Amino acid sequence: MTMGSTARIDVSGVSVFFPLYHGTNRSLKKTVFAAASGRLGQDSHNRVVVQALRDISFTLNSGDRLGLVGSNGAGKTTLLRTLAGIYEPVMGRLRVQGSLNALLDPNLGMNPDLTGRENIRLRGQYNGLTAPALRRLEGDVAEFAELGDFLDLPVRIYSSGMVVRLAFALATAIRPQILLMDEWFLAGDANFIEKARVRLEDMVRGAEILVLSTHAEAAVRDWCTRAIWMEQGQIKEDGPALEVLESYLGRPVQAKPPELVPAPETV
Amino acid sequence: MTLLAQTRPDPLARNAVLELTSDMSAGIRTRMAVQDIVDGFRLFRLGAVLGWLDIRLRYRGSVLGPFWLTLSTAVMVAALGLLYSTLFKIELRSYLPFLALSLVLWNFFSALVTDGCTCFTESEAMIRSMRMPYVLYAIRVAVRNVLVLAHNIIVIVGVFAIFWMWPGKVAVLVLPALLLWAVDAIAVIVLLGAFCSRFRDIPPIVGSIMQLAFFMSPIIWKPELLASKSWTLPLNPFYSLLEIVRGPLLGEMPTKYTFASAILYSLLLCVISWLLFVRVRGRLAFWV
Repeated sequence: MTMGSTARIDVSGVSVFFPLYHGTNRSLKKTVFAAASGRLGQDSHNRVVVQALRDISFTLNSGDRLGLVGSNGAGKTTLLRTLAGIYEPVMGRLRVQGSLNALLDPNLGMNPDLTGRENIRLRGQYNGLTAPALRRLEGDVAEFAELGDFLDLPVRIYSSGMVVRLAFALATAIRPQILLMDEWFLAGDANFIEKARVRLEDMVRGAEILVLSTHAEAAVRDWCTRAIWMEQGQIKEDGPALEVLESYLGRPVQAKPPELVPAPETV
Repeated sequence: MTLLAQTRPDPLARNAVLELTSDMSAGIRTRMAVQDIVDGFRLFRLGAVLGWLDIRLRYRGSVLGPFWLTLSTAVMVAALGLLYSTLFKIELRSYLPFLALSLVLWNFFSALVTDGCTCFTESEAMIRSMRMPYVLYAIRVAVRNVLVLAHNIIVIVGVFAIFWMWPGKVAVLVLPALLLWAVDAIAVIVLLGAFCSRFRDIPPIVGSIMQLAFFMSPIIWKPELLASKSWTLPLNPFYSLLEIVRGPLLGEMPTKYTFASAILYSLLLCVISWLLFVRVRGRLAFWV
C-alpha cells in the first residue's frame, strides 16, 4: 500500500443527542397544536433527548488500535457511527483524516432480490470503484465466498451460511486506512471462522487505525493497543488495552494461547 | 490479497478529510449542503443504477415487466377519452392527444411527489451504515420516476400516431421546460423527503393534496372550459408547470404568464427546499 498522508482521528468534546420522537411526539399535529398554544419554543427546548455520547475526547494516530468496551447501550456503536460521519455531533468537533471503511451492518446495501454478482458490483459502486477495480472486487469476493454457480442466482435463495460468507467477503474486500468495526464481525459459523479470521487479521494489519467495538475479550487482547471503556455515553477509562480491559472485567485477563496467530504489529 | 484502487476523493481516498463541528454557522451549514449536492451528482451513475434496479425488481417475474404500466395507461387513456369526449361533447381527435399527454405527465408528477415522501426513510439502513450524500437518494427517486415516465411516453406517441398529429417547431420549447422539471424534481424530493422523515403524518396529507390538485387542474378537462376565468390558471402551480411541457407538445405556445408563473413557483420551491436542506441535512440521520 502506498503511503499518502497518514491517518489521524481527532475527537474533542463530542456529544451526540438522539431526539426521541416516539409515538405521537413525532407528529405534525402535536407541533401545530403546540405552536398554536404558544408552547413551541418551550417545547423545542424541553424536547426529550437521549444523551448517546457525552463530551468524548481522544486522538488516534497512525498505528493505533483502539478497542471500545462497555455494556450494551454504552454508546459504542453510536461512537463508531459518529467517527464514520453518519451522526454529526451536536457539541464538540471531529476530524477524521484518511480513507475510511465502517463495518457496521453485516448486510450493508445487500439486496436479496439481486444476484450475488450484482450485489458485489453495487457495493463496489457505492465505494466509487472504477471498472477494473470492480472486476477485481468481483474476483476476490467470489473466490473467498466460495459461491460457485450460486454467484449468478438471487441472494434470497442462498443458505444463511452463504449469505454470511458473501457479506463478510464484500465488507473485507475494501481496504481503508481507518477501519471501524462493530462486534458482529467476530461472530460467524465455525467452519468459516478460521478462514475469516485470517482475512480479517490481514485487513486489520493493513489498516493504519483500527477502532473495534466488542464484547470479546480476546479481540481486544490480541488486536488492540489501547482501549476505551464506555459507560452511559461517557469515557470511563482510557488507557493501554490490557489495563482497561482488566478494570472493565474486574478480573485479570487470560494470557493468550500461544498457538494462535500472532497479534498484528502496528504499522 | 487484492488491493483496490479507489477513485472517488471521498470517503475512500487517502487524502480524504472529514471535519464535523457542532459550531454550525450559516456559512458552514451552507458549505456542507453544497458539498452534499456536489458529491451526490458525482455519484449520479450509482443513483441511476439504484433507480433502475428499483424498477427492475418491482416487476421481477412479470411477463410484460414495466410495460404493464404502458398497458394500464393506454387502457386508462382510451376509457377516459371515450367517456369525457362524450360528456364534454368534444371531438375525440382534439381531446385524446390532450388527455394522453395530460394524464401521463400528471401521473409522473404525482408519483414523483408521493415517492419523494419516502426518499430518506426507505433508505434508512444505508443512511445509518455509511456516510453518503443525501442528494444521492433524491437522484435515485427521480431516476426511478423518469423510467416510469419513459414507459408511458409510448402511449403518447401511439395516440399522436393514430391521429397523425405531431407538434410543430414549438416543441423544442419542452427542452428548457424539462430542464426546469429536473431541477424541481430534485428540489421537491429533498423537501418532502426531509419533511416526511421528521413528521410521519405528512405523506397522507400530500396524497390528498395531489388528488385534489388532479381535479382542480385542467388535466381531464381542457383549460379553455374556464372561459373568462382562464386568467386564474397561472395561479395554480400545477397548471403552469404542466402547461410549459404540455403546450409545446400539443403545438401551442404557452402564454408568457404561464412561463413566468412556472419559473416563479420553481424558484420558490427551490429556495424553500434549499433552506430546509441546509438547516436539517445534519439531522436527517437521526430522523430516518
